[in-house]
Amino acid sequence: MPNPRIFKPEEPWQAPEGEPIIRIENVSKRFGDFYAVDDVSLHIHAGEFFSLLGPSGCGKTTLLRMLAGFEIPTEGRIFIDGQDMTAVAPYERSVNMMFQSYALFPHMNVADNIAFGLKQEGMPKAERETRVAEMLSLVQIEKLASRKPHQLSGGQRQRVALARALAKHPKILLLDEPLGALDKKLREQTQFELVNIQERLGITFIVVTHDQEEAMTMSSRIALMRDGRVEQVDPPRRLYEYPASRYAADFIGSVNLLEGFVLSQEDNRVLVRSEEAGIDLEVIHSHPLIAGTPVTLAVRPEKVRLQNAESSLPNRLRGVIKEIAYLGDVSIYHVELPTGKRIQFTQSNIQALAEQPLTWDEEVELGWPANSCGVLEQ
Amino acid sequence: MKRFPFTAWDAGRRAMPLLSRLKGRGLIIGVPWFWLGLFFLLPFLFVLKISLAEPALAQPPYTDLIEVIGDGLVSISLNFGNYVLLWDDPLYRGALFGSIQIAAVSTLVCLLLGYPMAYAIARAPSHWRLPLLMLVILPFWTSFLIRVYAWIGILKGNGLLNNFLLWTGLIDQPLEILHTPLAVYIGIVYSYLPFVVLPLYATLIRLDLTLLEAAADLGCRPWKQFLLITLPLSLPGVIAGGMLVFIPVVGEFVIPDLLGGPDTLMIGKLMWTEFFSNKDWPLASSLAAVLLVVLIVPFVALRHFEQKAGEEQP
Repeated sequence: MPNPRIFKPEEPWQAPEGEPIIRIENVSKRFGDFYAVDDVSLHIHAGEFFSLLGPSGCGKTTLLRMLAGFEIPTEGRIFIDGQDMTAVAPYERSVNMMFQSYALFPHMNVADNIAFGLKQEGMPKAERETRVAEMLSLVQIEKLASRKPHQLSGGQRQRVALARALAKHPKILLLDEPLGALDKKLREQTQFELVNIQERLGITFIVVTHDQEEAMTMSSRIALMRDGRVEQVDPPRRLYEYPASRYAADFIGSVNLLEGFVLSQEDNRVLVRSEEAGIDLEVIHSHPLIAGTPVTLAVRPEKVRLQNAESSLPNRLRGVIKEIAYLGDVSIYHVELPTGKRIQFTQSNIQALAEQPLTWDEEVELGWPANSCGVLEQ
Repeated sequence: MKRFPFTAWDAGRRAMPLLSRLKGRGLIIGVPWFWLGLFFLLPFLFVLKISLAEPALAQPPYTDLIEVIGDGLVSISLNFGNYVLLWDDPLYRGALFGSIQIAAVSTLVCLLLGYPMAYAIARAPSHWRLPLLMLVILPFWTSFLIRVYAWIGILKGNGLLNNFLLWTGLIDQPLEILHTPLAVYIGIVYSYLPFVVLPLYATLIRLDLTLLEAAADLGCRPWKQFLLITLPLSLPGVIAGGMLVFIPVVGEFVIPDLLGGPDTLMIGKLMWTEFFSNKDWPLASSLAAVLLVVLIVPFVALRHFEQKAGEEQP
């Protein structure tokens, strides 16, 4: 008897019978000859904090604008809550959007901005005022209700924009670079607040961002995009630990890439011969691989460790430290192998003002566990 | 860049006495004030002075306000009779209110015609905007007077318009348009339309279109987007354009003179008659003074509104 598939409630995409709240089916958007979005299919489930991540020009904003109804797909269809919304006008959709520029109405005060959508649907005044007060306290700007947008700071405007987009209690909120205009400190603080609000209200958030750290911190799942296509859709941890392509490995965090080909596979222990490394490398990989297949191994710098007397890590590599970058919390070392290939590794700075344990031109021996390395085919 | 706590520039600034810094500022601000004083306030004071004199058969044709009688005695005679006359005589009062009415109606018509034009240009594809704007500005390259004369040719009994309408069979008798108030309105609206289109275009082109997207996203239909977002945010342009039409049209002289009939009495025309036909400079000057005061009120209101709107621009 097969085991019932186990999924955690916070991973609704694992549920086989769950109907996704948004179904994007083979959607393309062409501007002239240029495909901004090229044959994208995605299922997004209720309650997700879903990020569209990619560099500028990868089509993430166009995809979001198609969900909002500002662009109509050239091909393909979009279903929201089971209904075909492909060509429905924005003012007839149940989704709301928070704009990158916030797009606050400059001639209305904060309370009127937040009440705008409620007035459009004809909510009675008393109920409307209660809702506005509720929204103001949700984003903690009760005192600013009668201010005009030009009297607010960037962070305050961001809160008003969020409150306005949430005021109609949409099932789905689209956020276009919601933290893009804030400075670093405020951004980090606001990330957690956004997640808290999303969890409290149970609304599906779809966020466009180019900031991988932001996507990693907030998302339940990330769709990594490139040139109008989706490269990989996975929860942050999977995306980081098991990138499906060189592009994914390189875009999220930093990575050491080592080219080679498969020598042998026993159970899931793969031996890869890498000329760049100068030795045969050991990797855990469950997919069957044919000997001779060219592969790229991806090792994160923090997985690479110094060998010492006690450790017996596989993948022993000798090299010379060429560069050291001290970042405060960690230091990054660039080690040159005899083959000329450089390997990055990081070390936490555990002790304040400790003697630098490693220095330039020092010879070190590195290694990493066989299960801490990704295998990229193709 | 390294920032030293106390730079040479700071030192220089601190050492500079307050008085000389004020002088530099005062000089720059003083230039326009000087200009306005010399070419606006001073001539206005002349006009005000003449308006308080009495007409005389002399050169210039009015009495002096201040006369030296002799023995060091000076006689000052102020004549407010003109202002009383302007208020009492239905001719002048009628001309003043008539001018304001014509200006108000023309302004409204200009705005109603100019807004859609400006809107269409602002929303046209970017390579179309410049040619369309050129079409609006192009008539300025011909003399204003010639363009108004051209309307005589169009509107007269056997003019282009009547001939065309007779030819189409829509009418069997030529319409009498020339020398009626309608002809004045046509002439004014035609001549002043660019003055509303240009400022309206300038405000509409600056309008952030994502505001309309945001409104649509919150459930607002297109015509309500216009009423709730576009229109209120373009009010500075509406007011600027309206003032640019209203203020000169109140004093307009050429158009009512050429296109209007004897019953379209505008204050500008009246002023011309008083100055040149009746040689009553004091009365004409008092008309000018009253007109200026009437026009300054809406202008101050405009400035106030513009300042308020200016603060709201992000």
